[in-house]
Amino acid sequence: MEISGLTKRFGTTSVLDHLNLTLPDGVTTVIMGPSGSGKTTLANILLGLLPRDAGTVTGLAGARLAAVFQEDRLCEHLSAVANVRLVLDDGAHRQRPDAVRAELAAVGLAGEDLTKPVAQLSGGQRRRVAIVRAMMAHADLTVLDEPFKGLDEETKDRVMGHVRDRLAGRTALLITHDPVEAARFDGPHVSLGGPR
Amino acid sequence: MTSTTSGSRSAGRLALAVLFWLAVWQVASLAIAQDLLLVSPLEVIATLAAQLGTAPFWSAVGYSFLRIVAGFLLALLAAVLLAAAAGASQVVRTLLAPLVLTIRSVPVVSFIILVLIWASSGSLSIVISFLIALPVIYTNVLEGIDQRDGKLLEMAHVFRVPLLRRWRAIDVPAVMPYLQSGSRTAIGLAWKSGIAAEVIGLPQGSIGEQLYQSKIFLSTAELFSWTLVIVLLAFTFEKLFLTALRRTALALGGT
Repeated sequence: MEISGLTKRFGTTSVLDHLNLTLPDGVTTVIMGPSGSGKTTLANILLGLLPRDAGTVTGLAGARLAAVFQEDRLCEHLSAVANVRLVLDDGAHRQRPDAVRAELAAVGLAGEDLTKPVAQLSGGQRRRVAIVRAMMAHADLTVLDEPFKGLDEETKDRVMGHVRDRLAGRTALLITHDPVEAARFDGPHVSLGGPR
Repeated sequence: MTSTTSGSRSAGRLALAVLFWLAVWQVASLAIAQDLLLVSPLEVIATLAAQLGTAPFWSAVGYSFLRIVAGFLLALLAAVLLAAAAGASQVVRTLLAPLVLTIRSVPVVSFIILVLIWASSGSLSIVISFLIALPVIYTNVLEGIDQRDGKLLEMAHVFRVPLLRRWRAIDVPAVMPYLQSGSRTAIGLAWKSGIAAEVIGLPQGSIGEQLYQSKIFLSTAELFSWTLVIVLLAFTFEKLFLTALRRTALALGGT
């Protein structure tokens, strides 16, 4: 996946200015940078949520996408299991949700936390549901925008290990401002500058 | 358990309020002491009890109930489909806006006279309840569609959530409170306008015709008794319909 000359302006502020970037297949590319450097803008452009002002992105046409957004973006009235099943392929969606339960258990969610509406879960539990949703979706590119935000240190360590395992062999873009989080992932590390 | 107790308490309070106003009515009718002007509730209940055993009563109830409910249900179907189309297409929304505004603004009697010119009086209450309910439900459902969570819709777009699944998980839960609210208002208006249309158009065997005859024969007891029947029919239908709607929403709520 090749990004060349990618430019995005908001008014007179140029958030992305002729960005060139290669996302190697089967590898997690880590994007770092201060607030306002365009990390989330880049994610939103790749996810098709924001138009670009200039530049090209090759290899993205028709690609299946998965994402952990900055917000959890869960259906409040649905359970953790139902939220994850919502994005599965038809075949996986029709099967019993045992695999979904196992994945949720792997990040520390079990018992009635799997079946009650996610509106009743804590912030950290909801975050983990959003992460498992992205990990279980069939995707050619997985975009994770500050995925570990809101997790306590112990849970974060466990979830980061889980995410790293699940992303092995998948093309992914991990956005973080935390060098400790970035260090857990082996792929190329790219720094974006501040706004211009 | 708690909600059942609270529900029973609320129903008990409502029953007490109804009894209070019945007592006020009884005292007022005794004070006026002229049945022609204000009949007593006891007299109305006696008249209603006598009507209950007659075939024409049930025939009139069936006639008006079926037509008004049919008009409402057709309006519900049309309004939901049109609002869905308007939610998906700005062109459809713009095209429908003046039509909906016109239907909402035209006095109901104008529609009644037009329908009597264009069609038979037998279809009058269907058409009128349809026309009155349609803009109310349409406006509410469209508002619900507009209020859907944009962030969730983006999530569904990114993950390519199939339409039926997205509809059950995101669209229906967002629209349902607006549909319930619109339906509640529309049911009341459909009954009021449907019966008013029958009083003007006098379709044979309708509740409206019975009300008109009560007026001709100055039978205040029958007038009140038929009014009570209309209130009970509208109330019962509203409760049954909203319960069915709630259950449908719950059944659709999972994925």
